[in-house]
Amino acid sequence: MTTKSQELLNWIDERFPLTSTWKEHLSEYYAPKNFNFWYFFGSLALLVLVIQILTGIFLVMHYKPDASLNASGIPVAFASVEYIMREVPGGWLIRYLHSTGASAFFIVVYLHMFRGLLYGSYRKPRELIWIFGTLIFLALMAEAFMGYLLPWGQMSFWGAQVIVNLFSAIPVIGPDLSVVIRGDFVVSDATLNRFFSFHVIAVPLVLIGLVVAHIVALHEVGSNNPDGVEIKKKKDANGIPLDGIPFHPYYTVKDIVGVVGFLIFFTAIVFFAPEGGGYFLEYNNFIPADPLKTPPHIAPVWYFTPFYSILRAVTYPLFGIDAKFWGVVAMGAAVVIIAFLPWLDRSPVKSIRYKGGLFKGILAVFIVSFFILGYLGVLPPTPGRTLVAQICSVIYFAFFLAMPWYSKLDKCKPEPDRVTFK
Amino acid sequence: MTISVFKTLKRLAAAALFAPTLALAAGAVLHLDKAPVSTDPAALQAGAKTFVNYCMNCHSASFVRYNTLTQIGLTEQEIRDNLMFTGERVGDLMKVSASPKEQKAWFGATPPDLTLIARQRASEFGSGADWLYTYLRQFYRDPNRPTGWNNKVFENVGMPHVLWELQGEQIAKVSEHDGVKSIELELAKPGKLSAQEYDKTVADLVSFLVWMGEPVAEKRKSVGVVVLIFLAGLFALTFALKKNYWKDVH
Repeated sequence: MTTKSQELLNWIDERFPLTSTWKEHLSEYYAPKNFNFWYFFGSLALLVLVIQILTGIFLVMHYKPDASLNASGIPVAFASVEYIMREVPGGWLIRYLHSTGASAFFIVVYLHMFRGLLYGSYRKPRELIWIFGTLIFLALMAEAFMGYLLPWGQMSFWGAQVIVNLFSAIPVIGPDLSVVIRGDFVVSDATLNRFFSFHVIAVPLVLIGLVVAHIVALHEVGSNNPDGVEIKKKKDANGIPLDGIPFHPYYTVKDIVGVVGFLIFFTAIVFFAPEGGGYFLEYNNFIPADPLKTPPHIAPVWYFTPFYSILRAVTYPLFGIDAKFWGVVAMGAAVVIIAFLPWLDRSPVKSIRYKGGLFKGILAVFIVSFFILGYLGVLPPTPGRTLVAQICSVIYFAFFLAMPWYSKLDKCKPEPDRVTFK
Repeated sequence: MTISVFKTLKRLAAAALFAPTLALAAGAVLHLDKAPVSTDPAALQAGAKTFVNYCMNCHSASFVRYNTLTQIGLTEQEIRDNLMFTGERVGDLMKVSASPKEQKAWFGATPPDLTLIARQRASEFGSGADWLYTYLRQFYRDPNRPTGWNNKVFENVGMPHVLWELQGEQIAKVSEHDGVKSIELELAKPGKLSAQEYDKTVADLVSFLVWMGEPVAEKRKSVGVVVLIFLAGLFALTFALKKNYWKDVH
């Protein structure tokens, strides 16, 4: 470095922790050297967040949260999205990036969470990272749900109607609560405007705050790895973990490969199949919202369907309260229970590499039921499907609630002292 | 260990394959003919002409401007001369002159805007184009309907058969097999066009409707090819960079 730029850097460092932050979080943050494929999804989630924020900024410049009808009898909000698609230069690309980004966000986050499940990344001392992560997932669901109302198509409108109505099933406060959420007695212009506000300001702020907390907590305790052993236990004379490598440049260059690989899949969908077969952009949502015409089948977008299935699987009223309410409780519990994983898993080892057949088998059954729940969630219910959904819901909860026992019973292999790396 | 992960993934894939049999689709099944959708400018222009002459008497395409049709190979002068009849300007939106309110008073319901019809009508039974192609060829005479027309794909449809002069009049032969009603259509009175010519006219119209649903579709795909080629090259480069940096990690 030339003396001039060194002087400038010194001047800044005396006033702002630039070099020390760079060192602490990148050039001298030691990550285990044995990260595998599953470890790409954290940085990819960050990438998708940036894509969503950047494209979102440009969409807000042209989008109008207005449910009134224009001269052609089309809701202004719906028309403004088509205006973006047709008349704003590059608008179609920005919009498809944003709509595909929503689905990509969930794909990446589901894989990221699954990674945690595989390698026990939630175990001590990483409980807080996991809890922040669960909160990020919750915020993401709220963000996606409210964003989906904005195009003001039939599925936007009726999906919001169905979900907000669920809150009215809560005893005593329910009816008033749903009015507060909607700002009206039905989903209307008031709902559209408050969801817009939440979608572009409130929830993104929460989301960014939680992401910062997630990463700060991670860098405080250090990353887990596919072997689930603590690299900080074996250090060299300088206090550097023997199996650790500086995040920058090793993982920055590796994550760039992941980013480009991800972008290949992502842009292939954006440019060649932006509707995602009717799953990323639902066909019915190309019809403007019509409060007088209920579609025969209202399906949530794919990323909500496992939880939606759990909600619908509850068909018994309890304690004199509507089954719908208990469905809402079950759906909420299905998300919240994820946060308790650190205390449910009593296995002597963290990573699936050293766990026994019992855990692996139960995990496989859990994943299969999760997929079946997701599949059933896009279909209209029949008695047979409801039964399958009920069985899968029981498996879903049993996976978590029975974990303290089966994780202890499981015959684990001994953990190695150091990470394995070929 | 990677093996166990792959095993899990394999089980997942098997589950995803068998899941559909667990929950067989219920309800009516629509049998749609595959639409021969074209992106050929001549077909799109023929479709535009049919659209303006027949559909736009009642339906708007209120997200499309007349001069957007320059993208299917027409000049603004050609658009003015052949496709505009009521003194609009070439930059105007393709709207019917009646307001939605007036139409509602006249017809009982506002005829839907057709800009996005090809995207709206897609379903698990086929693309929106397939639906439209089948629908526009399956009108039949039904004296019980106020318009005198019914449709095999869209039962008790509100719209009369606007293209009947071209297709002629079909009648329905209803037969029942084991309680399942099936309708066979038969051309009772030929129209101005032969069956093949009519199918071609409808195919062109449907192609136009598909184009109108997303005028940028062709450009989107061609940009996509460039982007993917660029990313493939970038991937090779970043992969080599990573390999080089990681040489000393053992």
